[in-house]
Amino acid sequence: MKQFLDQVLESAERQSTRLMQILRAVQDEYHYIPEQAIDYLAEQLNIARTQIISVAEFYSFFHLQPQGHYEILISDSITDLMLGKANIMAYLSKALRVEVGAVREDGIVSLNNTSCTGMCDQGPAGLVNGYAITKLDRPKIDRMAELIDNQVPLADWPAEFFQVDDNIRKPGLLLQQEIDQGAGLRQAFARGLQETLAEIDKSGLRGRGGAGFNTAMKWRFCAEEQSDRHYVVCNADEGEPGTFKDRVLLNSYADQVFEGMTLCAAIIGAEQGYLYLRGEYRHLEQQLRDLLQQRREAGLLGDNILGQGLNFDIEICMGAGAYICGEESALIESLEGKRGIPRNRPPYPVSHGYLNKPTVVNNVETFMAAAAISANGGDWFKGAGTEKSAGSKILSISGDCALPGIYEYPFGTTIAQILHDCGAVDVLGVQIGGPSGTFISKHELERKLAFEDLATGGSFIILNNSRNLFAMVKNFTHFFAHESCGFCTPCRVGTSLLKNQLDKVLDGHGSAGDVVALEELCQLVKNYSHCGLGQTAANPILTTLQRYPDLYQNQLKEISYEPGFDLDAALETARRMAHRDDAAAHLTQVED
Amino acid sequence: MSKTITIDGKKIPFSEGQTIMEAATEAGVYIPHLCHNPDYEPHGSCKLCTVSVNGRNCTACTFPAMDGQEVISESRELEHDRQRITQMLFVEGNHFCPGCEKTGNCQLQAVAYHLNMLDNHFPHFFADREVDASHPDILIDHNRCIFCTLCVRASREKDGKNVFAISGRGINKHLIVNSASGKLGDSDIDVNDCAAHICPTGAILIKRQGYRIPIGQRIYDHKEINEVALEQEREGHGG
Repeated sequence: MKQFLDQVLESAERQSTRLMQILRAVQDEYHYIPEQAIDYLAEQLNIARTQIISVAEFYSFFHLQPQGHYEILISDSITDLMLGKANIMAYLSKALRVEVGAVREDGIVSLNNTSCTGMCDQGPAGLVNGYAITKLDRPKIDRMAELIDNQVPLADWPAEFFQVDDNIRKPGLLLQQEIDQGAGLRQAFARGLQETLAEIDKSGLRGRGGAGFNTAMKWRFCAEEQSDRHYVVCNADEGEPGTFKDRVLLNSYADQVFEGMTLCAAIIGAEQGYLYLRGEYRHLEQQLRDLLQQRREAGLLGDNILGQGLNFDIEICMGAGAYICGEESALIESLEGKRGIPRNRPPYPVSHGYLNKPTVVNNVETFMAAAAISANGGDWFKGAGTEKSAGSKILSISGDCALPGIYEYPFGTTIAQILHDCGAVDVLGVQIGGPSGTFISKHELERKLAFEDLATGGSFIILNNSRNLFAMVKNFTHFFAHESCGFCTPCRVGTSLLKNQLDKVLDGHGSAGDVVALEELCQLVKNYSHCGLGQTAANPILTTLQRYPDLYQNQLKEISYEPGFDLDAALETARRMAHRDDAAAHLTQVED
Repeated sequence: MSKTITIDGKKIPFSEGQTIMEAATEAGVYIPHLCHNPDYEPHGSCKLCTVSVNGRNCTACTFPAMDGQEVISESRELEHDRQRITQMLFVEGNHFCPGCEKTGNCQLQAVAYHLNMLDNHFPHFFADREVDASHPDILIDHNRCIFCTLCVRASREKDGKNVFAISGRGINKHLIVNSASGKLGDSDIDVNDCAAHICPTGAILIKRQGYRIPIGQRIYDHKEINEVALEQEREGHGG
């Protein structure tokens, strides 16, 4: 083990900031983080063993208990459920002879659920040892069981199991006009860096992650910070269920994304950049590394880029299954080899980011757009969209429609138009912006895609009239409770209380006061949570409660109060011990 | 000209770099808090000190005071919600105030009194938490831990030892100890360490001290936490 760990430590240059990378390697080798490894790594990295344990316990893909040699995780996203995930899971469990959440006795295979894997347009999907496996069906599962029983190495599994399609259905401004490699940078140097920043400002580009902060302003703030070092970070941790556009952009347009990062580096004076890639997109890791190498060879990364004296390089950091790391300050913590806990703000990352140095964190789509703006000019971008929302938005569309996949629209497009294009009929409503966004009903389809109306990171989940709205609300609410980092009281306790309270109502144990209590709790979690996760965790309940109060009311019992637990059932042990089962040994739950 | 903020209509001066909490404490204004202690880097996790700053909710312990800020702390809504957040802390763990050695000296209990908390409101989680009595002089009852991280900070910043850390995620968050066995007895904590004495609840207790001061003669048996906190913390904030 020591030899292996030394090798891993060497490749991580014995930097504790690379703890994520180190633990991923250990998890791959042993299928858990063994105790001896913790001790040795702590000693060699000169950090407390508790730091390693707390990181291992924070991320879903790390384990302190042995997992199977084949670690199978199935996506629990609502879109996967809509595509028959429950049946698939039951069939898998039977075929592999292992319970969900367990490791098979021989240690060969383990099976569990995981949050959305970003394959919503080709589910039910999952991960085998971190590699995405799509369109699961019974024949595929039978074949998997065979491969596993024969212990065939993953590398020798049929390639089509791991095929991930782009499914670009409607390219727009950005997608149909990819810039030539280096075009954005050459234009920027020819025009002047300050002038290029002015072009980005003129373009009206706002961050595509969802918050919509003015990109040029962010870069300028960061550039103006006096520091010996600046950093550029690309946030490729799209974990919002129903979102998968970054997966497609990094598969087919990564060159332009890296170009945008390099452009940002030139403008803010950074020499190091990081692409923080969500663990679920492990299948993209190697091709992205190869592309970075290719850009170095083309003089677009490394020392003296394009002979302009710019030194900049990009490293890829892989996440390990934590939705919260999409929050920029949590992402930075994770980059530093720590648990992904959102920082207190102010100060903001533009002044105190990675290693407390000025850092620009932008979304994949934002960097991609910035490169195109440099190449094509600000007016080209500004020409599309609305007054406050310039340009286009790339959408991930999944759920009940004929053609799930990637669509790009100028801002200002109506939801009805989008639904028409993707072949959605008999629509009940659309979840816009993922669970943290808004559920709009079929009566609101004339609303527009724009920061002025429906701002979105890009996820559309369509539900038709055959769907149970509560299945979705329950899935989302459980998701947030599972993904809360636990830092602050209202989110840590509140999201779990929300989950329990919602379940009480949905399971038919609620009475009039319970919906009132549910709503009060929603407001509390929303108003007092530390970061965006907690502030939006109640949205699935609030937006549906607002639109479908009757649905909630119909779930309620017609009594004034329903206790949280079953009094009579609680007496069962006592009855058994007393050998009694007469009428007097039973209690009614509530006096009617 | 000195800069000022307004808290609940009262003008309060502050010096550059102070947080709202620091400015308030120095001026004798109490804002409820549990994870904050003036001797340590602010943490901002318990959220009890949430105030409304120019209409937006912020934690007073981390948010910088800025000239002309309008801060609301004692609105009916904020007080109600602080009570709810405290109730969350009570149902998350297992708190039996009457049977706890810390009763009367406990900040969690005292804050609850201050906020007029009369019940736990939320359903209990009945979390299965352990007691670690492995150390000869110090005891950890995880049932009462509220994750304020003061022991984590005290051990690292004051004792130079790094005995504690926070682990897990969401409702499974828990306190861990830096020793091979994970037990306090195998760690290098000493009874004289700051970390052994800083716990605002009864989670970390010194052994063989029980009832040395009888119930009825303890800190919060006679004074409200706002009074005590201001007395102790004004100095800490340089007031």
